[in-house]
Amino acid sequence: MRTLYQFHGGIHPPTNKTQSNHTPIKQASLPSKLVIPLHQHVGSSAKPIVEAGQRVLKGELIGAPDGHLSSAVHAPTSGTISAIDMQIVAHPSGIPDLCITLIPDGLDEWIHREPCDDWCALSHTELRHRLRQAGVVGLGGAVFPSDVKLYSHKHKIKTLVLNGAECEPYITCDDLLMRERATEILQGAQIMRALLYAEEVLIGIEDNKPEAIAAMRAAVTEGCHERMEVVAVPTIYPGGGAKQLIRVLTGIEVAAGVRSTNLGVQCFNVATAYSAWRAIGHSEPLISRIVTITGNVGHPQNFEALIGTPMDELVAQAQPLPGTTGYIMGGPMMGVLMPSMQVGVIKATNCIIAAAKNLFPAPAPALPCIRCTRCAEVCPSELQPQELYWFSKAKNLDKAEDYHLFDCIECGACSYVCPSNIPLVQYYRFAKSEIWAQEASQKAADAARERHEFRESRIEREKREKAEKLAAKEKAAIEARALRAETPQAVVSSARPDADPENTMQLKIQLAIDHAKEQAAAIKPKNTEQLTPQQLAEIADIEARRARVREIAKDVTHIDGHS
Amino acid sequence: MSGFFSPFITKPVSVSQIMLHVLLALIPGIALYVWFFGPAILVSLTLASITALGVEALMLKIQNKQIAPTLKDNTALLTAWLLALSIPPLAPWWLVVVGTAFAISISKHLYGGLGNNPFNPAMIGYAVLIISFPVHMTHWLTPHGLGDVSLSFLEQLNYIFQGVLPDGIKLDAITMATPLDTLKTQLHLNGHVQEILDMPIYGRLAGQGSEWVAAGFLLGGVYLIAQRIISWHIPLAYLGTLFAVAGLFHLIDPAHYVTPVFHLFSGAAMLGAFFILTDPVTSPTTPRGRLIFAASAALLTYLIRAFGGFPDGMAFATLLMNICVPLIDAYTQPKVFGKKKGQS
Ligand code: SF4
Ligand code: SF4
Repeated sequence: MRTLYQFHGGIHPPTNKTQSNHTPIKQASLPSKLVIPLHQHVGSSAKPIVEAGQRVLKGELIGAPDGHLSSAVHAPTSGTISAIDMQIVAHPSGIPDLCITLIPDGLDEWIHREPCDDWCALSHTELRHRLRQAGVVGLGGAVFPSDVKLYSHKHKIKTLVLNGAECEPYITCDDLLMRERATEILQGAQIMRALLYAEEVLIGIEDNKPEAIAAMRAAVTEGCHERMEVVAVPTIYPGGGAKQLIRVLTGIEVAAGVRSTNLGVQCFNVATAYSAWRAIGHSEPLISRIVTITGNVGHPQNFEALIGTPMDELVAQAQPLPGTTGYIMGGPMMGVLMPSMQVGVIKATNCIIAAAKNLFPAPAPALPCIRCTRCAEVCPSELQPQELYWFSKAKNLDKAEDYHLFDCIECGACSYVCPSNIPLVQYYRFAKSEIWAQEASQKAADAARERHEFRESRIEREKREKAEKLAAKEKAAIEARALRAETPQAVVSSARPDADPENTMQLKIQLAIDHAKEQAAAIKPKNTEQLTPQQLAEIADIEARRARVREIAKDVTHIDGHS
Repeated sequence: MSGFFSPFITKPVSVSQIMLHVLLALIPGIALYVWFFGPAILVSLTLASITALGVEALMLKIQNKQIAPTLKDNTALLTAWLLALSIPPLAPWWLVVVGTAFAISISKHLYGGLGNNPFNPAMIGYAVLIISFPVHMTHWLTPHGLGDVSLSFLEQLNYIFQGVLPDGIKLDAITMATPLDTLKTQLHLNGHVQEILDMPIYGRLAGQGSEWVAAGFLLGGVYLIAQRIISWHIPLAYLGTLFAVAGLFHLIDPAHYVTPVFHLFSGAAMLGAFFILTDPVTSPTTPRGRLIFAASAALLTYLIRAFGGFPDGMAFATLLMNICVPLIDAYTQPKVFGKKKGQS
């Protein structure tokens, strides 16, 4: 038996998984249209490379990765591009983003594929390139481009962790994927292991999924995989958080702002491993994923759905019940409410919960914090949520940072247990976005000042240069006049006195810039430096939520009435 | 639809349920109180409860806050009960009312209401009463069977509300000083601990009857810990430190310092350890902070009991330590995930 480690806190919300994990994964029927956002991943948006009216084949590249941290987007089926425009996407802000709309022609005609029998023959660079071109991103929710995460030097990474924990209530897509496609998940894991030079693979699955554990174990035995182990981990939320699972399996704690690879671990979701295998082995880009449809529906189950499928068309296949008030994408702990029921499924859509009053009753009004520390007892990051709440609410952002606001993983465990019904995570999201906004404007101000200083010094330099040139010219003229009778070279050499001052000037400008940079660094708040690209992307997201959060905060303030 | 943001589910535990548990946990102690000292305590509990709810509603109304959610949270009731249990049951009715009103209005609402009061409201109420009306605060009932006479319930009511005793009965005949107080007075008269404890008001562990009430609170407290309503840190550190300090003095000079067990089962030690110091609003939030807080409170309790001017030190120890809570919290912040010793 492997020794497992624990993380602090955690909660045991009702799992509500049995509703949807009894039936096998069902192929969703072809929808009437597909709305495919170009920005489904962390990093920069893909560039559209098709035009409206164009016919595309299934698996054809329609959005090309743009920049190092970006990913590709493909046509999930064959059909005609009907529009490339701004549409509401699967994001709680309701802010439109660039999407490609595809009308399926019903033929589902594949583009030419080149399945690869022996990926070992391919170079690592080539493998990474193929993953990137196949649009493989983290399917556990982070949607981070996988190729970027699959880079390591030899002997740096000991453990590759495959995350099959699936700790969020209601969601069963990974459970079913592991039960039905274990072999392919492991093949994907082998590719990942090779790219990372990882010594061992640990597959963490919560012990409330015995069928998945059995299937995966059987696949490990059958595939004779060396140093690969399926580990049943205790069922506890958020045990499926990457940091938490790494801790449970290896004992390593990855602090905020630290790369797990520096500590010798890398973590991927099982579904990501599966799609990595489809991409390499079958030359199939990421055009569909398993989505749990559950909640207020008559037949909760998992569907293999094409990316871009309008959510309501998908939910319609699970016998929706009356009374649905909206869709939650993800689980009830960290999921987000969709701005519309028609938004398209994206790569991050692991679950759609049809929400209804009886399933998710309105929260009771918030009371003041009674400092009971139930929140601190469950916080997996070992924070003091009640202090963070206090500081966030008082907009004492420096203090909030001192109390490790940025170590908060927004798991919501604190909000879940708070007897005063305080929407704690909302306050943290709000405080984080405030800090990011401040830092962004600070950065902008720094940049502006730098530009200004640079311009000043340029003007100064130009003035001086002019004066010097003038002086030099005059001097040269005088000398020339005086020496006209002598060698012409003398004129040339004495006509270059400004070469030297020019150099000095450049040096000065460089110094000024360096100085400005130093100054900027001195006043730059510490967090900007540590921002991962993921966080940077979140800034934009969170910005959008801020307005709504403010409203909530206002309500809360109104109820406790003392601030 | 629930809120607009995750988490969309919450654990069905409310402040009012938590406080209800605490109130329930007080019942064994109260029952034993009634058994040994008669039902007068129920009168002061009722008086205090009514006053607390009334004053709370009034304060909320004045401040234009919503009344219902706060009134339902049971915290005012808890304050009322804790205060009522700290004052003599035979105290005149207005003493209970004044103390409770003060606790709720001044020490809770003037500081911003629930969650914002730095001092334990019940203990503020107690401190105000013992300073302003010291004499009234000493009329403790004699346990059943010890006094020469005993009052019927009606006669007790008559005394509480009208201040009239039946003909021929003096107050002294039915009341006594607390066991802690008596001990202190007798020691001042150069009594020897062993002789003093032979007095009939003392029982097996501490005061006759009151030791059982303390045991009742201990039982309730253990229930609270078992139910995870309170953490073990404060009660254990408080009782443990009190035991250790009292034990040390007792070992050095048993003639002048009573046994540690006596201290644990006397005065408000049990009530305080499980019900007063553990008030979440006025105690530290970090585990280490709670240990420091409770241990210091125990030390102060002992010092006040053994060397100070008041018979019991619980209330003042609590208030003194309440002041230190922000400081204790600030200096005992635990290390967060991934940033502990031995890790980068
Ligand atoms: S759980 Fe809620 S009431 Fe309790 S300390 Fe945390 S924020 Fe305050
Ligand atoms: S949301 Fe943040 S503060 Fe709350 S429990 Fe999770 S990590 Fe801790």
